[in-house]
Amino acid sequence: MVHWTAEEKQLITGLWGKVNVEECGAEALARLLIVYPWTQRFFSDFGNLSSPTAIIGNPKVRAHGKKVLTSFGEAIKNLDNLKGTYSKLSELHCDKLHVDPENFRLLGDILVIVLAAHFTKDFTPACQATWQKLVGLVAHALARKYH
Amino acid sequence: MLTAEDKKLIQQIWGKLSGAEEEIGADALWRMFHSYPPTKTYFPHFDLSQGSDQIRGHGKKVVAALSNAIKNMDNLSQALSELSNLHAYNLRVDPPRFSLQFLSQCLQVSLATRLGKEYSPEVHSAVDKFMSAVASVLAEKYR
Repeated sequence: MVHWTAEEKQLITGLWGKVNVEECGAEALARLLIVYPWTQRFFSDFGNLSSPTAIIGNPKVRAHGKKVLTSFGEAIKNLDNLKGTYSKLSELHCDKLHVDPENFRLLGDILVIVLAAHFTKDFTPACQATWQKLVGLVAHALARKYH
Repeated sequence: MLTAEDKKLIQQIWGKLSGAEEEIGADALWRMFHSYPPTKTYFPHFDLSQGSDQIRGHGKKVVAALSNAIKNMDNLSQALSELSNLHAYNLRVDPPRFSLQFLSQCLQVSLATRLGKEYSPEVHSAVDKFMSAVASVLAEKYR
């Protein structure tokens, strides 16, 4: 059972309230595909991913990024039950999508960097530590149903 | 592999930090200790309270080493050779692959909080690759 202090919950929900889910999601997914190009293997039907500019402007990347981060939002509403929240998605990523769970950790770290660039000095060390904990737990929950 | 463009971006972005290196080093280390408590196990002899002289001093050392590496990106193996020996034989930090991942993440967050939008996807990619290359060199002599 994960334990969240009141301060941690505040650091999460407080920041999340100011996040533009569509922009942030698009940015995070684009960076995943740019910084770790091998992740493009999961998106072969996304069209033009030939350069950073192409990736950033790609509408499918933007749409999917928004989807991914919206799901993150669900996790934030259910911090005390991440496993339950991600149970079905975990099965999906294993059985249908065949995504190596290492990629969840990569995306989580990228999301933290996107938040840091966006919130600059407001993204304090305490804030980062809480969000690193969150992305780690989300990655863990998504990997849980793998077999 | 670091492309010519990557190297240019890294030198450019590092150039923007002039003066703030010590602060960034200390900030990155503090973030690392805070986000990844197990990394503290390598510093039992340090005062790990926020703003401690030892964290500042060590942060400065780390950034100086990275600055040197950036000046010698075409021959990282040689530039980091001493540090590679140190990490392999003396410090024996758990294979840099893991620890540097944490330091790399925190250094990047530190850079991103200072540079905001300027920490673009291209810069992010170049720095990530560079830190990966540094970790590789530091791990060369482990076994």
